[in-house]
Amino acid sequence: MPYIWAIPLLPGLGALVNGLVGVRVFSRRTAGLVACTAMGAALALSLVAFWQLLGLPAEMRSYDVVVAQWIPSIASATSDGARAALQVPWGFRLDPLSAMMLLVVTGIGTLIHVYSTAYMHDEPRGGVARFFCYLNLFCFFMLLLVLGSNVLVMFVGWEGVGLCSYLLIGYWYEKPSAGDAGKKAFITNRIGDWGFILGIFLLFWTFGTLDFASIQRAASAMPIETGHFGVLSVIALLLFVGATGKSAQIPLFVWLPDAMEGPTPVAALIHAATMVTAGVYMLGRNAVLFSHAPMVLQIVAVVGVLTAFLAATIGLVQNDIKRVLAYSTVSQLGYMFTAVGVGAFSAGAFHLMTHAFFKALLFLGSGSVIHAMAGEQDMRRMGALKRHLPVTFATMTIGALAIAGIPPLAGFFSKDEILYRAFEANRFIWVLAVLTAFMTAFYMFRLVALTFLGAYRGPAWQGDAHGDRAVAGVDAHGHGAWHGPHESPRAMTLPLQLLAAGAVLAGFVGIPAALGGGNAIEHFLAPSFAVAGVHETAGPTGSPGVELGLMLFSVLVAAAGIGLAWKLYVADPEMSERLATRFASAHRLLSRKYYVDEFYNATFIAGTMASGRALWTFDRRVVDGFVNGASWVTMFGSWLSGLTDRAVVDGLVNGIGNRLQQASYTIRRLQTGLVQNYAMLMLFGVFAFVSLYLFVR
Amino acid sequence: MITPTHYLLLSMALFTIGLAGVMTRRNIIIVFMSIELMLNAVNINLVAYSAQVQNLVGQVFAIFVMAVAAAEAAVGLGILLAFYRNKETVNIDEMNLMKW
Repeated sequence: MPYIWAIPLLPGLGALVNGLVGVRVFSRRTAGLVACTAMGAALALSLVAFWQLLGLPAEMRSYDVVVAQWIPSIASATSDGARAALQVPWGFRLDPLSAMMLLVVTGIGTLIHVYSTAYMHDEPRGGVARFFCYLNLFCFFMLLLVLGSNVLVMFVGWEGVGLCSYLLIGYWYEKPSAGDAGKKAFITNRIGDWGFILGIFLLFWTFGTLDFASIQRAASAMPIETGHFGVLSVIALLLFVGATGKSAQIPLFVWLPDAMEGPTPVAALIHAATMVTAGVYMLGRNAVLFSHAPMVLQIVAVVGVLTAFLAATIGLVQNDIKRVLAYSTVSQLGYMFTAVGVGAFSAGAFHLMTHAFFKALLFLGSGSVIHAMAGEQDMRRMGALKRHLPVTFATMTIGALAIAGIPPLAGFFSKDEILYRAFEANRFIWVLAVLTAFMTAFYMFRLVALTFLGAYRGPAWQGDAHGDRAVAGVDAHGHGAWHGPHESPRAMTLPLQLLAAGAVLAGFVGIPAALGGGNAIEHFLAPSFAVAGVHETAGPTGSPGVELGLMLFSVLVAAAGIGLAWKLYVADPEMSERLATRFASAHRLLSRKYYVDEFYNATFIAGTMASGRALWTFDRRVVDGFVNGASWVTMFGSWLSGLTDRAVVDGLVNGIGNRLQQASYTIRRLQTGLVQNYAMLMLFGVFAFVSLYLFVR
Repeated sequence: MITPTHYLLLSMALFTIGLAGVMTRRNIIIVFMSIELMLNAVNINLVAYSAQVQNLVGQVFAIFVMAVAAAEAAVGLGILLAFYRNKETVNIDEMNLMKW
């Protein structure tokens, strides 16, 4: 496994090639090929690494490799005054947790790259290369985040994926809404990163190292902070603030729905399957810190379940197909945090993996639908697409069943694990989680029903059988006139089918003991959380009967959600309208997303802008005033000094000269040049002196 | 009996005539001649006192004055000639080159 450093490097290389050369010369096909090859190679390497890791005995499944020194040893000190050296290598670690994440990122990443070659087909040539460059760069940073063996390398990846997310959300940068959404995502993440950075500082300040393994060792030796808020709790809370930004939890979840401005494959890869789960992954990586901070775990659980619940309620009434999925993603991420919050780290990681499959599937499916409808995203203008998009319909239905938690699909196992652990930990959390599960089933089948079933409500097309509506000859698709909804090309349906297979099968690695399974994933991941100890080893305490009962209940809940959706949107479509008008205020509250954006606009954004304006005014009035005043004083002084120079100094010099000159005009009249005058003067002089001599004496 | 007073009166009369000539005449030649008159008035004075005090230094001094006057006349007439060639005049009022 010494080659694991090459796994992130391959997509990085792909990004370099596409970014430097591709945007100028590559055709769409070549750009796609380069990106897919890089990802395929990374996937192959990951599989080999995973296989080799499986070959090791469970307690030895941790492999570290240091590629190079990044920050050489810098003398420093920790909080207790001990000497510490800040030394950060480019280190990579492969252990069960990162191996699982590795497979998710490279596997789903590869599929989405393949899908993108077809989806981005109508983009301009350079744009496609730019898109694949960003996508590969994202994978590079994501793999860096996953494999990093210390917090700082993880942070580089963390910031890198944030950057790529920003770039890809704003891919259609000519659209102001896309640019705004990108900025919103970036700035919101920045707020979370503020917490993460402070957490990193405090980590080093406390432990004197940034290496995950060393931190784990040191922290597990410290006492659990029950009932008081010690340094570990503060670190955990700060890290969790970082996670709320990246993983779109309350209060920083507002950016994710807007991130749907990016191309759909981006939503699938970054805003559903991988990047947004980085927060959960980071919490899992620092499981030992969180296990030692029970109060923070409580906060995590409450925030998680509230996010899950509120996002699900918003998802109930959204009409944009991608926004439904976006809120569903926020909701499912909330589930993962709930799992982490109740101490079920491996259940959270398990749900992360299954969610990656079915949410990527659902997003790619929605992309296929949007592709078929020539860019239409409003579900109210779809319907009855089952006939035209059989593959997409089938795979999306599987995805919807999986997320709803219908056995034996993937979502069932991971979600029930979480529900069960929540039930054990806190009934209130469990109730909210079950309600969320109900709503999840409802809105997913509302989506399926509105999109694929019922009557067709979209625009007419050339050769439309109904033929009585105006022809929608919109050339939004590059193939000339739009010929109606059509199944997507093979490069798009193949990833759908593979992901559907994943959504069906992924759950089987985690069959719980109550159903006679071995819960292989939990045992596989256990070493990564082993030092987390306490919660994890304690494990479920309830009897298998309780677990089975809960499973049955949650399946019934999911079925009820599906049934209600069927009733409201297929059997009796008018009924949903009636409900919406009857509960108009509640409906408006949900469709406006609880006015959170408006609230943030009115408080934080308006406040920031106002303070910015105030500072600007201060700048203009006071700072500029000082500067301009100083310059004015200087100018006045120099003017004054110039005046003195001209008037006094020059005046003195010239005045003396002038006075002498004027005097000389008068005095030189004496010099007549006439000898007789001089002689006469001499004579008078003699007379004068002689008279003086004679008479005055 | 001719006393030194008579010599002195003669000398004074001559000097005064010469002085008046120098002051008032416009012709440079006449001015020049008036200066010679004044010099000789002084010579009479010197010689008269020499006889009076029985001392020959006065007479020797008179001889010196005559010699100097001859030299002075030579130089002065030379300058005069050169001036005349330039200005075509001997009018002393037009000789004012010595001012500022």
